[in-house]
Amino acid sequence: MSASEAIQTHTIAALVDNEAGVLARVIGLFSGRGYNIESLTVAEVDAEEHTSRITIVTSGSAQVIEQIKAQLDRLVPVHRVVDLTVETVPLERELALLKLRASGEKRVESLRLADAFRARVVDSTLNSFVFELTGAPEKINAFIELMGPLGLIDVSRTGVAAISRGAEPL
Amino acid sequence: MTENGITGAEIVIRALEDQGVEVIFGYPGGAVLPIYDELFQRDHNIRHVLVRHEQGAVHAAEGYARATGKPGVVLVTSGPGATNAVTGLTDALMDSIPLVVLTGQVPTALIGNDAFQEADTVGITRPCTKHNWLVKDPHDLARVIHEAFYVATKGRPGPVVIDIPKDVQFAEGSYVGPGNVAHRTYKPRVKGDLEKIKDAVDAIAAAKKPVIYTGGGVINSGPAASQLLRELARLTGYPVTSTLMGLGAFPADDPQWLGMLGMHGTWEANHAMHQCDVMLCVGARFDDRVTGRLDAFSPNSTKIHIDIDPSSINKNVIVDIPIVGDVAHVLEDLIRVWKAKVCRPDKTALEQWWHEIDGWRARNCLAYAPSRSVIKPQHAIERLYALTKDRDTYITTEVGQHQMWAAQFFRFQEPNRWMTSGGLGTMGYGLPAAVGVQMAFPDSLVVDIAGEASVQMTMQEMSTAVQYDLPIKIFILNNEYMGMVRQWQELLHGGRYSHSYSDSLPDFVKLAEAYGAVGIRASDPASLDDAIAEMIDIKRPVLFDCVVDKTENCFPMIPSGAAHNEMILSDLAEQSVSDAGKTLV
Repeated sequence: MSASEAIQTHTIAALVDNEAGVLARVIGLFSGRGYNIESLTVAEVDAEEHTSRITIVTSGSAQVIEQIKAQLDRLVPVHRVVDLTVETVPLERELALLKLRASGEKRVESLRLADAFRARVVDSTLNSFVFELTGAPEKINAFIELMGPLGLIDVSRTGVAAISRGAEPL
Repeated sequence: MTENGITGAEIVIRALEDQGVEVIFGYPGGAVLPIYDELFQRDHNIRHVLVRHEQGAVHAAEGYARATGKPGVVLVTSGPGATNAVTGLTDALMDSIPLVVLTGQVPTALIGNDAFQEADTVGITRPCTKHNWLVKDPHDLARVIHEAFYVATKGRPGPVVIDIPKDVQFAEGSYVGPGNVAHRTYKPRVKGDLEKIKDAVDAIAAAKKPVIYTGGGVINSGPAASQLLRELARLTGYPVTSTLMGLGAFPADDPQWLGMLGMHGTWEANHAMHQCDVMLCVGARFDDRVTGRLDAFSPNSTKIHIDIDPSSINKNVIVDIPIVGDVAHVLEDLIRVWKAKVCRPDKTALEQWWHEIDGWRARNCLAYAPSRSVIKPQHAIERLYALTKDRDTYITTEVGQHQMWAAQFFRFQEPNRWMTSGGLGTMGYGLPAAVGVQMAFPDSLVVDIAGEASVQMTMQEMSTAVQYDLPIKIFILNNEYMGMVRQWQELLHGGRYSHSYSDSLPDFVKLAEAYGAVGIRASDPASLDDAIAEMIDIKRPVLFDCVVDKTENCFPMIPSGAAHNEMILSDLAEQSVSDAGKTLV
């Protein structure tokens, strides 16, 4: 496999008009053209301007990544598309909520691990916890893996929010 | 400029008038009745053409748009009206044709309730439009319509849909004129990067084996782009070829013209593409019908690509010098830089290159076996061209063998004279497209070069042509087969002609008469010219049933999965296709 065909993972941010159907346009573009979505998050970031920011983690060859950016950029309600992985090493954060059902030593161990990961307990009963954890996706993966044998029964993740380092805006 | 207290339906007609719309193609229904009522009552200059099927309305608008360079406008109802328009919308998206399509929608309170004739029109048309809108507030309506015309026509053109619920058509809103609307986000770049243009000029000037590969973008850019292309060709002396969509941008009678390239392109055009050292791609998109096998496509050339759509760059073929911009703007700068640098082509190399090209030309790749007993389809088109070339002629086509023969044998000299479904390959395009062209140019000769299979897909639009006195000529090359399907079955599927023969064809002469049009049949080569002359003289719609050789194949042909230099010619047709190639369409 040549370098140009190697599969890379990129985090792409798109600033879009917050209007009906804009997310469907983006998702339809990805499914229609066979691109991958590893994670996608969206929320309004400027209420006055009615703009939302979509953060997409995707993978593909260099040629496909270039296509994805060009295709996103030509959607009419898209203001700007920035490949955060190319221009800087971006800050990526995700929030996860994990529910455990456990008692005895497993319950105690889960609290110790949560402390080590700086996860917070946001709900508890006599035989369950809900932990809240923020961090890079790899950290969350590691936490989920450790919690598995301790009685993990439910996981909810937000997907990646990302921003560039340094003084410059998108 | 803002005017209050007029209904949504009035706003629609007002906005269309202010956009300079002269013709709309449409079909009424429950959810657009307020707009139709406004068309009936209001004093306006818009002519409405009642089609017989909404697909026909969209193709007619496409034909109108391609012949005039102006956006085509369509008005249809909700539900089936909108879904019937989907094929035309996809066709226009693939071929970059500017259309504004207005669809009625059930009242806003009923949306989502599975109401009568409800369909999620914006959902269904999202992937087959450049953009679409559902207008829920009559105060947004005028702005959206003006934005829609802007989006449809600026940048890479394309179809847009405006979905208007019935209650919004009745409700009172405010009107703003086109001058008060500026788009927030969509600002396509038209000027090319000057540094890249300079690099391109250097590469072009240093070329030993250059080729100019042009496409539909030259036509879409407007008549100036075709003139600039001709000027560039004169300045350089370089050979010019074109995609199906770009025919007419460069005159077919010019000695520098190589003919069309691609799957059914000429031997010389495809070999020049394969062997060139510098390729200047102008407003084309390296479609699979053009490139053949990608890893063998023009392996030794420096590629320059001018395209207004950044997503066309490096999509199929990696290029060396990409220039994002409008063809006319970029060519103007390119020619200016060429002159400022006092560039001269390498005369010796160019002579040698033309010598090589002349060798390929000598293969006479479009040759076919003439016949005195049966009309050869190629001969029919050659005669049609000979007998119409001195007239003001527009050609539309359906899709299949007849379309490729038309592209090969009808010699287009000017842009906007050739309307064909290139990207989507929509059988049934040509007849309604001819209706659209004839509406724009009532006194011109408009001929749909058709096949008997394709034309039956939208045959009902003959009724439209009769109603509006549109003297379109439907020139059917009738071989009783879906000819291109039959050809592929012969070459790739062992001659097993699975369901490609049309039994029980209608008598096209009687069918024409039933519509109130004129039917002519020709089956003898000796009387073909007289029959064509008769067709041209009749100032009414004509169905011309040209009975041709049933088993003629269209050559040259690059089989799927083959490279440009692996073309098959008519006398070599027994050459086989790889298994990998058979899986390609």
